Amino acid sequence: MPIRSLFVANRGEIALRIIRSARELGIKTILGHSAADAESLPVRLADTAIEIGPGPAAKSYLNAERVVRLASESGADAIHPGYGFLAENADFVDGVERAGLTFVGPSAESIRLMGDKAKAREIAREVGIATVPGSEGTLSGLEEAQALAEKVGYPVMIKAVSGGGGKGIRTVCNPTELAKDLPQAQAEAKAAFGDGGVYLEKVIQGARHLEVQLLGDGFDVIHLHERDCSLQRRRQKIWEEAPATGLPASVMEKLHKTAVELARRVNYRSAGTIEFLYDPDRAEFYFIEMNTRIQVEHPTTELVAGLDLVGEMLRISGGERLRFRQDEIDIRGHAIEVRLNAEDPDRQFLPQPGVIEDVRVPGGLGVRFDSHIFPGYRIPPFYDSLIGKLIVLGDNRSHALDRLQRALHELSITGVKTTAGLFEDLVSSPEVRSGDYHTKWLEPWLAARGR
Amino acid sequence: MTKHTVRTPMPGTFYRKPGPDQPVYKNQGEAVRNGEVIGLVEVMKTYFEVKSDRDGARIHFLVDDAEAVDGDQVIAEIEVS
Repeated sequence: MPIRSLFVANRGEIALRIIRSARELGIKTILGHSAADAESLPVRLADTAIEIGPGPAAKSYLNAERVVRLASESGADAIHPGYGFLAENADFVDGVERAGLTFVGPSAESIRLMGDKAKAREIAREVGIATVPGSEGTLSGLEEAQALAEKVGYPVMIKAVSGGGGKGIRTVCNPTELAKDLPQAQAEAKAAFGDGGVYLEKVIQGARHLEVQLLGDGFDVIHLHERDCSLQRRRQKIWEEAPATGLPASVMEKLHKTAVELARRVNYRSAGTIEFLYDPDRAEFYFIEMNTRIQVEHPTTELVAGLDLVGEMLRISGGERLRFRQDEIDIRGHAIEVRLNAEDPDRQFLPQPGVIEDVRVPGGLGVRFDSHIFPGYRIPPFYDSLIGKLIVLGDNRSHALDRLQRALHELSITGVKTTAGLFEDLVSSPEVRSGDYHTKWLEPWLAARGR
Repeated sequence: MTKHTVRTPMPGTFYRKPGPDQPVYKNQGEAVRNGEVIGLVEVMKTYFEVKSDRDGARIHFLVDDAEAVDGDQVIAEIEVS
């Protein structure tokens, strides 16, 4: 049954993004917002807005029970979770469905399968996708660790089994360092996560982060090509491109094919992304994880593929089958997205909660600005620092870089410090120009820039 | 006896414990030392430690765990002798 009324369980630019697609499809929107977001742009643009709780996310956007209850009472027939918050919470999906509402996303079962790191790796191996070489599960001790490290080759990372978000990771380059750091890593993991279990993973030098955008309807899955998100700081993407460039066509083809196979294996429904680490020296890719939601960087794919991913999500959840066959998907040009964060890049990316004084929004051909800010907007301190995304489409990568440079020149945000200036430096750096970068390139570049 | 106040450096969410399942840094009425961590302020997913800048016989928290705070808001009072 087509969705007629949609509860948007998110905030900021993604809430706005969802409201836009819904409106174009004639779907009424009800936004659930926190008290801190009462004056926000999504509140003004949704058909109806309901306060779901106070500022801190745990009491509002993360309060699954309350979100389901208020959505149900609002008369909505579906909930779009956006990204973050409750988007990949399988129990929330169960709650939504128990209340008789439609969850705009995959089934709870898909989320459970792909959200469990060990299970997801197992499914990946079943369909013949390599995972990053290392230990299968918890290490028994130093002897096993040293034997394994010798086999896969140094350097290796020691990671906490119960860790996440880049925490509790150590890199060692030889057996002596491994012997010294292993017990420390175990003690740290025990203190931080209550579980001293650690595992070992090979460090892929000069790796690129590639990800394949997928769209499924529960019966069939197609891919919308890939993105390159190798520019990262502390494992957070700040710059994304579609498509990836400078990689062999045969590798790309295999990447797409395996991603589709993996998603088919879990009867994937809705938009999703499979992330890989690519080793250019060996022309091999390794499975990292699947994100069972719309991603921040989805507009790059939308621009090159010429379709509305959020709109397709809403249609699929409304019971439609995929509207495109794989051979109807064609990408054209090159897109780049930069994430505008309210952080001071000159002071260790210190968060900048505060009031936006003025905004000059870039425009012109091939420029898209997805943002919820406006002059006088107060950025609440409770959520992530993303205040907008600047996305450009060019005929090719070089053209896209020129267009990005031009758009950044037009962009001005005053009142708080943002990462915009950082991108002006990045876009003119020789390595970014030539595409000669990898996942570990940005941090040393930032350190050098600070000096 | 005089009272010394501890303020949050930034607006955000104040936490009295290092993690949801962990004990509080300091109980109400407990003694504190100069430089000791008494809580965390989460600002845009970044955590900042809030430390006492005095020795004190007793600390009294004025803000509950996981509550919103404004920049420069008084978090706690410390009884200094």
